[in-house]
Amino acid sequence: MADSIIQIRDLKRNFQVGSEVVRALRGVTFDIEKGQFVAIMGTSGSGKSTMLNILGCLDQPSNGEYLIDGISVSKLSKDELSEIRNKKIGFVFQSYNLLPRTTAVEQVELPLLYNSKIGAKERRERAEEALRMVGLESRMYHLPNQMSGGQQQRVAIARAIVNDPVIILADEATGNLDTRTSYEIMALFQKLNEAGKTIAFVTHEPDIACFTSRVVMLRDGHVTKDEMVETKSAQAALDALPASDDY
Amino acid sequence: MNILNLVKIAYQALLRNTTRALLTMLGIIIGISSVIAMVNLGQSSQQSISDNISSMGTNLIMVMRARNVKGGGGVNTGASNVQSLTVDDVEAVRKYAKYVSAISPSVTASGQLVKGANNMPGTMQGGSPEFLEIKKYELESGVNFRDEDVRTYAKVCLIGQTVVSTLFPNEEPIGKEIRFGKIPLKVIGTLKSKGQDGRGQDQDDIVIAPYSTVQKRILAQNHLQMIYASASSEDVADLATQEIERIIRRQHGLSDDQSNDFDVRTQAEMLEMMSSVTETMTALLTATAIISLIVGGIGIMNIMYVTVTERIKEIGLRMAIGAKSRDVLWQFLIESAILSLVGGIIGIILGLVLSYFIAMFTNMPYVVSVGAVIASFVVSAFIGIFFGWLPARKAAKLDPITALRYE
Repeated sequence: MADSIIQIRDLKRNFQVGSEVVRALRGVTFDIEKGQFVAIMGTSGSGKSTMLNILGCLDQPSNGEYLIDGISVSKLSKDELSEIRNKKIGFVFQSYNLLPRTTAVEQVELPLLYNSKIGAKERRERAEEALRMVGLESRMYHLPNQMSGGQQQRVAIARAIVNDPVIILADEATGNLDTRTSYEIMALFQKLNEAGKTIAFVTHEPDIACFTSRVVMLRDGHVTKDEMVETKSAQAALDALPASDDY
Repeated sequence: MNILNLVKIAYQALLRNTTRALLTMLGIIIGISSVIAMVNLGQSSQQSISDNISSMGTNLIMVMRARNVKGGGGVNTGASNVQSLTVDDVEAVRKYAKYVSAISPSVTASGQLVKGANNMPGTMQGGSPEFLEIKKYELESGVNFRDEDVRTYAKVCLIGQTVVSTLFPNEEPIGKEIRFGKIPLKVIGTLKSKGQDGRGQDQDDIVIAPYSTVQKRILAQNHLQMIYASASSEDVADLATQEIERIIRRQHGLSDDQSNDFDVRTQAEMLEMMSSVTETMTALLTATAIISLIVGGIGIMNIMYVTVTERIKEIGLRMAIGAKSRDVLWQFLIESAILSLVGGIIGIILGLVLSYFIAMFTNMPYVVSVGAVIASFVVSAFIGIFFGWLPARKAAKLDPITALRYE
């Protein structure tokens, strides 16, 4: 298990809502190996958002063990959690969460600004490199309102990979996009995965999950299914789509 | 976290909404510039008053007829009805005082000055030959009158530049005669220009004649309106004042329980009196300006609160990608500090320009209060941090999960 990026052991998370205790996660156990592309699936209320918050070190478990890159996060302070997020995690959100009136390259530089070890020159170089990886080398100085949804999500992905994280966490990253653009984004994730990135992709759509290599299904705070699946090529799916000027 | 990066983050955030940033600054700009302008103007007028008064002579002592002297039947009489000062008082002071270097009686009369076709209303100032020295007048041409002229009630006079230019537009005045009412006076000297005094009166609009001439030939009276004296130096002005008071009391035969029937004033007291008026004005205006500064600060706080609420999602994102609570706190503090500091600097420049123009148009000396500039700078930085603190703390306390999901 030396290559496990994520180790989760009997993870529980309870919320106190008024006098009631809501048990969002009731003992979850799984590992994510380096280089895996995992879909975390579940219906609304299954605990997948809570799972994502804990995976992303935005929240801490009530019980159980969570190790990221060998570091146990249960006992870490808020500032230490921020460090982990800054160095080891890349987030991609459903609504992109780009800063308004900020150029693409500045968006991508953002995580590095919170890392005092990186100078201005290196910051710019790495941001440009990340944008090249997502295919936006010609859009570096564009503002969010000058880009399509797919392009904005690519900027967000570039921002997630710029700090060279051990895992990329995507939260319904294709939820706001049409089918074609969703496939394009999935193709990009597959490309990044092939390049060695570990990706956890939270979604409720089975036809998106099929582009990953493993599906973890959550239901009522338990893992109900955890299996390797045959990866469908997003590029092939994209090619199979009818030409976009059909309608 | 690198402070430079934080400044960069704050700066970029401000640039995203320049109009709002400028409007927010406006409160501080107005506040600081009015503080600077008020303090500078206060100091300018202070300076102009003290310049003027010292041009009249800082060791000048004035003996005036007392106001509110109980006359017969307990009626308080005005100064003009008091006839307590006489030439004998002057002679007594001249004889006994040690700290008085010069002394002159003073009587004034108003009337029309006539020279040929030219005439003007004028004031005849009667004095001893020492009058010029005491009041810091200098001769431009001609000669001063002498004690001999005083004894003979000589019909001679010295005239100031305003009189020269009105009555003698095209000719040399020395040796010519002018008429004051019905009395012809020979001009024996002209005075150098002195400009306005502290109260805005033209000191060149003057005709000086021997006091005896004014007393006997014009006013037909024996008493004096005032006595002017010079202390031998500024340091002994107080001693000279006490001395004069003692001598004149004795001269007037006042017993210890009787109050003075005259007032002794020094120029320093006048200076204090007039300064205290401008000081009060300056303090009042500055207080108003400070209030507007506080309002400006509250404006910053208000906008920062709006900004924080508007940017909750951004704050959530920043936290998700690794900003610590204190990074967010600092970002917003720096944002409001930049707003108020830049506003402060613009305000300082504006205030300096403003007070320069006001000083120029009012003919006052332009004085820059370095203290006010430094204080304004410090205060505006403080305002940013003070009024930015609560909004910044609100931002820093946000939970990243709720902030990210905020709509």
